[in-house]
Order: sequence, then C-alpha cells, then structure tokens
Amino acid sequence: MMTLGQQIVMISMVVLGTMATRFLPFLIFPAGKETPKYIQYLGRVLPAAVFGLLVIYCLKDISLFSGSHGIPELISVVLVILLHLWKRQMLISIAGGTVCYMLLVQLVF
Amino acid sequence: MQEKFVVIRRAFAAAFPYTIPIFAGFWFLGLTYGIYMNVSGFCFWYPMLMSLTIFAGSVEFITVSLLLGAFHPLQALAMTLMINARHLFYGISMLDRFKGTGWKKFYLIFGMCDESFSINYTAEIPKGVDKSWFMFFVTLLNHFYWVTGAVLGGIFGSLISFNTEGLSFVMTAMFVVIFMEQWLKEKRHESALIGLGLSVLCLVIFGAENFMIPSMVAILVVLTAFRRPLDRQQDTEAEQGGEVKR
Repeated sequence: MMTLGQQIVMISMVVLGTMATRFLPFLIFPAGKETPKYIQYLGRVLPAAVFGLLVIYCLKDISLFSGSHGIPELISVVLVILLHLWKRQMLISIAGGTVCYMLLVQLVF
Repeated sequence: MQEKFVVIRRAFAAAFPYTIPIFAGFWFLGLTYGIYMNVSGFCFWYPMLMSLTIFAGSVEFITVSLLLGAFHPLQALAMTLMINARHLFYGISMLDRFKGTGWKKFYLIFGMCDESFSINYTAEIPKGVDKSWFMFFVTLLNHFYWVTGAVLGGIFGSLISFNTEGLSFVMTAMFVVIFMEQWLKEKRHESALIGLGLSVLCLVIFGAENFMIPSMVAILVVLTAFRRPLDRQQDTEAEQGGEVKR
C-alpha cells in the first residue's frame, strides 16, 4: 500500500498529464500570433473525424461473436439516428435510444 | 451590474438544456466511479478530489488501479498522456473558439473533457447569448455533475439498488447525435467517414484496449495526405458563403 505522500504524487502525475494534453495546443499556438495554415486546416477537418472516433470508442467493447452480438447496440443506434432525422431534437433522440437500450438489455437479451 | 446579470442568466438558460443528457450520463458514470473507489478501499475524499482535479473519466478509473499497484509516477504520467492524447485534437479545434473569452479561457481549457468539447464545438449558440459564458456554463455544469456523482457514489454507493443496467448508453447516444449534427452541418463528409472508417479498422487490428493512439495517428496521416483536395473545397465554400452574406 502506498503512503499518502506517494498517492498524492501519483494523482498529481495524472493531473499533470491530463492538463498537458489540454493546454499544450494553446501554449504552442497562442492567441496573439497567427496560427499556421496547416494547424488551422486541422482545426477545421479534425472535429468531424474525432466525433467518428468517439462513437467507435463508445462501442468498442461490443463483441460480435458472443453475448448479444451487438444487436441491442445496433438497434438503439439506428433508433437514435431515425429519431434525430425525424425530430432533430437532441434530448428526444438521446432519451429514446437510451430507454430502448435499457429495455433491450434488461428484458430481452 | 444588472445588465451583466442578465447576460449571465441568459447564457445559463441556453447552456443548461444541452447538458441534460450529460447529467444523466455523468451521474451514472460518476456514481459507478465513486462506488468503484469505495469498494477498492478509498473513502469519498478520493473520488471527490480526483474528479475535481483530473476531470477525465477514463483516466480516473485507471488511476484507481494505479493507486493500488506499485509506486511508478512516470509510468502514471506516460499512461495519462497516451489515454488523453485526443485532447490535443480538441485543443487544435478550439484555438479559434476560445479566443477572446478572457479569464474564462483557463477554465474552459481545464474542463475540456470529451463532452464539454463536443457540445461547445457543435452547439448553435442562439443570437444574443454570450458565447464565452455559454461555454463556461456547459463546462461548469458538466464538471459539477461529475464531481457530485463521484461523491454520492463514494458515500452512498453500496445502497443503490434500482436496475441501472444499460444507462451508460446515454453517452453513446449523445456522441451519435453530435456526430450527426456535424454531418448535417457539413456539405462534404470525407473527414467524418475517415474518422469512422479508420477507427473501425484500428479497432479490428489493435483491439479495444489499444486502438485509440493508432486511430489518431492514422486520422492525422490521412487528413494530412489529402490536405489539398479537402482544403481547396473548404476554401471555395468559405468564399461562396462570404459572397452570399455580402
């Protein structure tokens, strides 16, 4: 078991690492100076790609070949998409998909 | 003074609805995290201070096992940098948006978790609402949900008994919606498809534990390689947009 001091050092390291990843771009490219064109370009095209990455990140633990084969996830994601195309109300789409998923994993699968 | 109060209240009222799904998701995840720390033998001070200072979900879960293991601070640092490397992408995307936010900028960057970034990047902030206060409240509310969830989990965790299985899907649903909002806003979808496709590819090759870094590198390489065709189109769109406005 670590001492309290060691625990504080460990937690500080995690804080430091997290803050480094958040602050670094702003330190390298300060607001006063013009940001290089390449970085501006990345700032424009990265978000769409990152949102795709985050969706996959949320679904990463699905196993297609065992358990429920990702079927509840597939049904619920499709429902979210349909609801959003229909109403385009963020809360309705999210609540609908989540309730559907909870019902599926608790009652069906 | 009165006027400033109105500005702040209006921004809060605009920001709050966007954070409701995160309230559900963070309370669920925060409670889980608090319970996890509780059963791992830490009292609620730990989840409280860690959720307050780290404010990055996945890393906080891992910190619990780091604290139970051997004392390797540099390893903890390296691991954190790897897991949170995606924040670099958020920062690059927010360089412009955080300009002119004054003292709030420090907190906006400090609290830039996946959810705060996604909302602050995609939300259509209504006319007449102060942008910097809007983003400030999105970040603050998210932070508040996360800390209160973790503390409640740390204190009362063992008493909860209703069936919450599947509630964490609220986060998946939210990112699907955010992905769609971005998709519907853009005329071209190469970047979105590159992000989805390469992430799936890397997930298949490297597995769920290790696919984030390869995915990010792959996305960066492909976006850089196709900069010319992707960028030219965007430029002409921007020019056309400008002409319409004039």
